[in-house]
Amino acid sequence: MDKSLTMPISGPAISGSNGSRLQAGPQGKRPRKVLSPRNIIVYGALGLAAIYYLIPLYVMVVTSLKGMPEIRLGNIFSPPMEITFEPWVKAWAQACTGLNCDGLSRGFWNSVRITVPSVIVSIAIASVNGYALANWRFKGSEIFFTILIVGAFIPYQVMIYPIVIVLREMGLYGSLYGLILVHSIFGMPIQTLLFRNYFVSLPEELFKAARIDGAGFWQIYFRIMLPMSLPIFVVSMILQTTGIWNDFLFGVVFTRPDTYPMTVQLNNIVNSVQGVKEYNVNMAATLLTGAVPLIVYFVSGRLFVRGIAAGAVKG
Amino acid sequence: MLNNVSARTQSSVSIRDLSLSFGSVKVLENLNLDIHDGEFLVLLGSSGCGKSTLLNCIAGLLEPTEGQIFIKDKNVTWEEPKDRGIGMVFQSYALYPQMTVEKNLSFGLRVAKIPKAEIDRRVARASGILQIEPLLKRKPSELSGGQRQRVAIGRALVRDVDVFLFDEPLSNLDAKLRSELRVEIKRLHQALKNTMIYVTHDQIEALTLADRIAIMKSGVIQQLDDPVTIYNKPKNRFVAAFIGSPAMNFLTGELAEEGGRAVFRTNGVSFSLAGYDASEPLKAGRKVTLGVRPEHIKVDGDIAGGEVHEAVVDIEEPMGADNLLWLKHAGHVMSVRIGGARRYAVGAKVRLAFDMTMASLFDAETEERI
Ligand SMILES: Nc1ncnc2c1ncn2[C@@H]1O[C@H](COP(=O)(O)OP(=O)(O)OP(=O)(O)O)[C@@H](O)[C@H]1O
Ligand SMILES: [Mg+2]
Repeated sequence: MDKSLTMPISGPAISGSNGSRLQAGPQGKRPRKVLSPRNIIVYGALGLAAIYYLIPLYVMVVTSLKGMPEIRLGNIFSPPMEITFEPWVKAWAQACTGLNCDGLSRGFWNSVRITVPSVIVSIAIASVNGYALANWRFKGSEIFFTILIVGAFIPYQVMIYPIVIVLREMGLYGSLYGLILVHSIFGMPIQTLLFRNYFVSLPEELFKAARIDGAGFWQIYFRIMLPMSLPIFVVSMILQTTGIWNDFLFGVVFTRPDTYPMTVQLNNIVNSVQGVKEYNVNMAATLLTGAVPLIVYFVSGRLFVRGIAAGAVKG
Repeated sequence: MLNNVSARTQSSVSIRDLSLSFGSVKVLENLNLDIHDGEFLVLLGSSGCGKSTLLNCIAGLLEPTEGQIFIKDKNVTWEEPKDRGIGMVFQSYALYPQMTVEKNLSFGLRVAKIPKAEIDRRVARASGILQIEPLLKRKPSELSGGQRQRVAIGRALVRDVDVFLFDEPLSNLDAKLRSELRVEIKRLHQALKNTMIYVTHDQIEALTLADRIAIMKSGVIQQLDDPVTIYNKPKNRFVAAFIGSPAMNFLTGELAEEGGRAVFRTNGVSFSLAGYDASEPLKAGRKVTLGVRPEHIKVDGDIAGGEVHEAVVDIEEPMGADNLLWLKHAGHVMSVRIGGARRYAVGAKVRLAFDMTMASLFDAETEERI
């Protein structure tokens, strides 16, 4: 009904007959100054850092939307006078790398064909490994774990040549399968560590209860552990997807020109020596290549943070 | 079966020479324990004494280093947990968070591929007994602590097991819920008549629930007896001090002889030991500790006769129904439990008498009961 009518009635009923007992002076939440020196420094530093990272991105975006005549004018910071998507189309479908001129699209699909199976295989194996290490203390599990940790710290470069030989012997050298295998294996130590630490943080009694209920290794994994581990799977997926997508070294070593991943192809486009340097096409190609990790972060960043935090809080 | 063997081993759970060590740390050593069919046994002990470890061994979740475990006269030392005929309830409930109450209850049955109709029947029965029918469609996160623990008990109930194992099932609950569920567990035991092994470090739970209590200290069972015996005739000083709240009074002194009768003497004051049921002759000169519970010291009007001493009130702790008096006498401070309505001023003089029939004497060195 009418607010002005109900207010005075309920007011005194709560605060007693003589109205408020509060005195003048500090009360409730302490007010915070918006423009305190601390805030200025914190937000100033954050702002500067953001600008530092965003300016190159800005330059790339505007350049990729300009035509070549406009770029030759040299104002790299000015917005495009006439927006054109020509460079994007060219980067995707026509840019030349070495022999073929079908743009980045070939590399994109190669990268998809490399990343998707590598991520699935490595996560599937690493999660089972981590689960076994965390919950089923088998004989030698400590040694196995130590070896894995050491494996996580060995520099990749050391192993490239031996792996080339191994893959050649297996007849996989130069094929996508070879590269998938390499990515899956190299992701294993750190991924297993990630999963093991997550599973260790889950209450042990849950695992014991499931064993008393008669569930075996796989039943506990699929019916108890998996449904509780979505956050860590998301974290692992993000790490693996971006890591494998951004890989250049393995791509250039273990594949042939027609199976090059996108990063290698990008390099070849940007560094090609024939003809004029098409800055706008290069920028568009770079943005296209970076789009996948970027989208992965934007879509799942929130889940990522939650996954990392979940492990920390429960431990 | 009335043959020789089963007559000798009439126990539901039998633990024989069980030892367990984690690396070089010995947690259990040569432990022997026989639990009768349908018995409610409580394992009581301070934190870290190996209660959970023992329970996990019985459940098959930990492998003993040495020794055997028999359940229903079957050697289950190497059996999987699910094949031992046990159900277990954990302190942290350990409900599967992503499953509804109903699925939690039926998980073990579904794993065992039991027909759907039978599963439904058993879930209905268990949820009826525990009065959790309205909760069946909820997730564990939507339940209160007491409801969660009820579901956890239900999970053991549906599996139709011979032996229930409880690992401090009530210690995560607040005091009121704890006493409610305590009664429910007792009722459950009376209805089901299963063997139950119950771990706790709450002596009230132990005294109220148990048919027999096993008091543990660093992996060794100190005394295994019914609650009354444990309370009144503790085997050693550890048990005496562990059980009872407020704690037993201990007076250190020695045995002596006065007029041909054994007395306990401390700081020049003698206490007649008339009525004390000693298991060995009370030799004069032996260093001993006299233990008397606060309710076995009579004050002023309660004194029915016998030897009377005089003491000074040091402090008073009114606790509602009772009043705890701290008295100074013979160089010791001792607590006395009297009715809540009787009050004394600090410094007042009171007369007191020890009920020696209920007292305990311990050797000062071995701390064993005399
Ligand atoms: N996995 C393990 N590795 C090494 N030592 C362990 C392990 N588990 C338990 N212990 C040790 O064994 C001893 C007994 O542990 P246990 O969990 O059985 O104690 P408890 O009596 O159940 O105590 P609480 O009342 O606190 O639950 C403790 O001293 C503990 O430190
Ligand atoms: Mg314990």
